Amino acid sequence: MALLQIDNLTVEFETSTGWFRAVDGVSISVEKAEVLAIVGESGSGKSVSMLAVMGLLPWTAKITADRMLFEGKDIQNLSPAERRKLIGKDIAMIFQEPVASLNPCFTVGFQIEEVLRIHLGLDKKARRARAIELFKLVGLPNPEERLNAFPHQMSGGQCQRVMIAIAIACDPKLLIADEPTTALDVTIQKQILDLIMDLQARTGMGLIMITHDMGVVAETADRVVVQYKGRKMEEADVLSLFENPKSNYTKALLAALPENATGDRLTTVSAFFDGNPEPASSAEISGVTA
Amino acid sequence: MSDINTPMLEVRNIKRDYELPSGFMKPKKTVHAVKGVSFKLERGKTLAIVGESGCGKSTLARMITFIDEPTAGELIIDGQKMDTRPGHLTAEMRQKVQIVFQNPYGSLNPRQKIGDVLGEPLAINTSMPASERRDRATEMLIKVGLGPEHYNRYPHMFSGGQRQRIAIARALMMNPKLLVLDEPVSALDLSVQAQVLNLLADLQDEFDLTYVFISHDLSVVRYIADEVMVMYYGEAVEYGTREEVFSAPKHEYTQTLFKATPKADVDSIRERIAKKKAASAA
Repeated sequence: MALLQIDNLTVEFETSTGWFRAVDGVSISVEKAEVLAIVGESGSGKSVSMLAVMGLLPWTAKITADRMLFEGKDIQNLSPAERRKLIGKDIAMIFQEPVASLNPCFTVGFQIEEVLRIHLGLDKKARRARAIELFKLVGLPNPEERLNAFPHQMSGGQCQRVMIAIAIACDPKLLIADEPTTALDVTIQKQILDLIMDLQARTGMGLIMITHDMGVVAETADRVVVQYKGRKMEEADVLSLFENPKSNYTKALLAALPENATGDRLTTVSAFFDGNPEPASSAEISGVTA
Repeated sequence: MSDINTPMLEVRNIKRDYELPSGFMKPKKTVHAVKGVSFKLERGKTLAIVGESGCGKSTLARMITFIDEPTAGELIIDGQKMDTRPGHLTAEMRQKVQIVFQNPYGSLNPRQKIGDVLGEPLAINTSMPASERRDRATEMLIKVGLGPEHYNRYPHMFSGGQRQRIAIARALMMNPKLLVLDEPVSALDLSVQAQVLNLLADLQDEFDLTYVFISHDLSVVRYIADEVMVMYYGEAVEYGTREEVFSAPKHEYTQTLFKATPKADVDSIRERIAKKKAASAA
């Protein structure tokens, strides 16, 4: 049984010109202890599909799916109270902007202890001890002192470590990391990725890594889903994706990497679409593998 | 004065300090953002400046484009020593250097039409009639891969890549010789990034431009740069040709930087998967 199974997910938003389809019939499954990367450029619907799983989309979004199962249980029609019990405990998420996703009005210690209080019902002393343990685990120096710091007193990399500590506080079975390192420097990115992968290997949780960086995919994923304009272009294990990409879009993405430049010019994605700079619709892209 | 052999840009031991405002009972503090950097850049070449946030690379860019005044040091552009004191810079000097900023969403005025964005430098610096300004702006739009129909549109009607093209077009309106590009592609998607990098390469050939290219992405630097300078805490810790720096990085920080950059080649993936298998078997 897959940890998370989504069949034929569609997300639509109402706009002044009619319904806009952000995610169009995407199916994703993640096994226990598996690292799945979802790759795509902005607007490909990679974040929106995961926000739909978390139930974090605004009420204006119309979400339909044939199936949406977490550990075999339906999560599509949960009541808000049931959802709150699941989200943050068994499914946790790390967001892109670490500084923006922490509450500036409270100390980071309060924010991590809140999770422990609500989901695990620990008493004050146990919460404190567990918070210190988590901060040590994510490699924050002086955890006792850091608990009393406010987000603005920490660097971006440190804030991201706090976010990770909050996400793993209840030993989630599935961790969704939405571009966890895009806002960070290369050296810090390396540290954060190492930390996430280390935690994943130790706890055996499922991990969904949302990213647009092919380098991050290469360094973390077991399996990869490539999305473009809300549709799934390709799904393959990481080695075959890089060695032998099937869809034209993946080929184009790989060719556009500066390190794969041949001669003086980079191959642009549009070069794969017969000189049509913006492909009109993803339906025009051939070679889609389901 | 400016024959073909004089370097386009020469920077001699340039420094910039920022003084933090002192509070009550709090002594004054000085931040040394750039601590004495020197380099020479030949015409038509690209120098890439690499480093993490806070290393002083953007401060250096601001000094080269006269946005910030250096605390000490000399700035020689096109063989001419620049008098960077306020009020001593002539419009002619400023025309030679232009800048393209990182975030194309923040660097364009949302209430200004694209045609006016491009025409404004001409209106301020020349006595060109409006019709000619319009022709020049349209011409430049075509050169950066946009069309005349975009002349009357507003910035919000464009994608990130298109906006960056507009920012590049604006920088080129005064026919600069030196273009400072402050992380011009880091806010863009991979596919769009390739288009903008190609455009920059084409424009460099066409207008004989010299680039100072600031970036933290080593794969982009390896693609575009002739020379590379690595900055760390306000100092240039490594400076050499692209081949020198990439084949044999000398400084410890450069080596850390190379190690930290994710590798997207098949061999490293194979290696990682093998390692993972071994770990799970043990």
